[in-house]
Amino acid sequence: MRSETSIRLMQGNEACAEGAVAAGMRFFAGYPITPSTEIAEHLAAILPKVGGKFIQMEDEIASISAVIGASLTGAKSMTATSGPGFSLKQESIGFAAIAEVPCVIVNVMRVGPSTGVPTAPSQADVMQARWGTHGDHPVVVLCPTSVAETYTLIVEAFNISERWRIPVIFLMDEVVGHMREKVEIPDSGKLKIVNRAYPDCEPEDYLPFDADAGDGVVPPMADFGTGYRFHVTGLTHDRTGFPTTKRPEVDALIRRLDSKIDKARQEVTFVDEVLTDDADIVVFAYGITARAGAKAVRDARASGIAAGLLKAKTLWPFPDEYVERIAQKARAIVVPEMNMGQLVHEVERASKGKTKVISLTRVDAEPISPSEILSVLKEV
Amino acid sequence: MAKPITYYLRTDKMPHIWCEGCGHGIVLGAVLRAIDSLDLDKDNVCVVSGIGCASRAPGYLDFDTLHTTHGRALAFATGIKMMKPGLDVIVLAGDGDLAAIGGNHLIHAARRNINITTICFNNSIYGMTSGQYSPMTPTGKIATTAPYGHIEEPFDLCELVFAAGASLVGRGAAYHSGPLSRLIAKAIATDGFAFVEAVSQCPTYFGRRNKMKNALAMLDWQKEHAVTKKAASRLSPEELADKFVIGELGTRTRPEYTKRYESIIAAAAKETDENV
Repeated sequence: MRSETSIRLMQGNEACAEGAVAAGMRFFAGYPITPSTEIAEHLAAILPKVGGKFIQMEDEIASISAVIGASLTGAKSMTATSGPGFSLKQESIGFAAIAEVPCVIVNVMRVGPSTGVPTAPSQADVMQARWGTHGDHPVVVLCPTSVAETYTLIVEAFNISERWRIPVIFLMDEVVGHMREKVEIPDSGKLKIVNRAYPDCEPEDYLPFDADAGDGVVPPMADFGTGYRFHVTGLTHDRTGFPTTKRPEVDALIRRLDSKIDKARQEVTFVDEVLTDDADIVVFAYGITARAGAKAVRDARASGIAAGLLKAKTLWPFPDEYVERIAQKARAIVVPEMNMGQLVHEVERASKGKTKVISLTRVDAEPISPSEILSVLKEV
Repeated sequence: MAKPITYYLRTDKMPHIWCEGCGHGIVLGAVLRAIDSLDLDKDNVCVVSGIGCASRAPGYLDFDTLHTTHGRALAFATGIKMMKPGLDVIVLAGDGDLAAIGGNHLIHAARRNINITTICFNNSIYGMTSGQYSPMTPTGKIATTAPYGHIEEPFDLCELVFAAGASLVGRGAAYHSGPLSRLIAKAIATDGFAFVEAVSQCPTYFGRRNKMKNALAMLDWQKEHAVTKKAASRLSPEELADKFVIGELGTRTRPEYTKRYESIIAAAAKETDENV
């Protein structure tokens, strides 16, 4: 392992792979798909060097399924894909949520729906990332804006997944995935690494889904093959892990799973504010669009407009409190997105009518430029 | 048996969900007797299933057990086996689960020759959803989705899986539970992908619609239509048409997948050393 900080020129997808290994990820299952394939290629080379395992499965569903199986043995596990593959994985993401199996699913967003434009960037999967699988379920969605941020944020994705026993969706876009930038790789000893909580009881006393044995929200998790001999199912289950259709038990399970998001909210919310203190107009942006937003804000300031940037690295749970605070003091919030306007609805909801919310959309397979955002800032 | 069958069961989770006369309990008994004959450590056995009647079996077993999504048991099991190759990983699933929605995973697990034992509880029908035709429903039979008679041909699953690369394939039947159990024991002991098709009966949703009014009639059918490989070699294709062949149907020796992966780790380590 590295013992000191090193500086490397890396591609976003490579940083995703390297950061995941630094986070302790030791099992990856994937399927080739543009624009995420480099993640799998890189991991095929580096995982065996640290004793980890890589497998290219027969399809996208098999990949997420193998990931969940591997995680049940105690291995931090990940898969990576793009739009069509992300759609295929949805059922199993729900399984990970209800069975509380930690895992990270990377989706490098490309233009959809369907095959769309495989090689071009988009941000149109942000709603799917939250609600893609059926049923109420907890999930956290993180979205990096740079290659360096990809490295550090994927570590957080694993930490959140392990801490809360939930699937974490890591949403990149094609630009962040494919561009090359400088990354200062932190000393591996300095990275904060979180591991799942293990039971401290004897196997015969183990109730695998008894949250009261943990912090009241997340049950401690044993590894398969360690003598705890427990059952895991995608059916609603009681504290013992066995299926139940009793209404109070179904209700308690769904509510406990859902409560993870509220309990986790503060520690999983990563938002950067740039020049928002005195801002009259604030750009709310994420992914590569936040980079264009930052440039637009600097240019606006240079021409006398008091602009600021709210850069969301956590998309779900939606950072309501940040948006609401901005809405109370800014005249307008501009929301540029490479989609037909998805998170703008969340910004409107969180703003509670206290400010004007303006949607800027682009769906021609090109990223939004700083000048496009600047011209909106000038018009408001 | 060295141990009573209840040693391997979570008896507190019973009664089971299977209908009166269902063959799945007999097949499950054969699986447990096989495990017992090999004296496997309960802490070292992991049983994985998909969705359907057969896939509810792991819930009654006192091992690490995983009831996954429809058709995907082998994919989940692949992740488990890769990260803990020392575990005895067994997949129990129905014919719809393995041969229809999970067919791709079945052939690829066989192609990789990963050391997972797969038991297909073949009752020729979707029982859990009350009687739709499966890829194993014989031509001409009645199902809720084939009210005029089924027009498709079923798979020969053993041929399919052997052609895909399995180390061992074989077929047994609930009626012949002793030989079935011995076949399953051989499958578990095989170092590679091993597949056993266990012909089971669903009197509720298959038999009653197809002129076999109860479990006894269906077991009689198994008795009369099962032929050994040796007996089959003496029959003409016409005589074999409505029969099924039981026994060990194919074996071969091939490198096992998780052991092969060790060569990747060794090669990667060598490259790391050379770069230092």
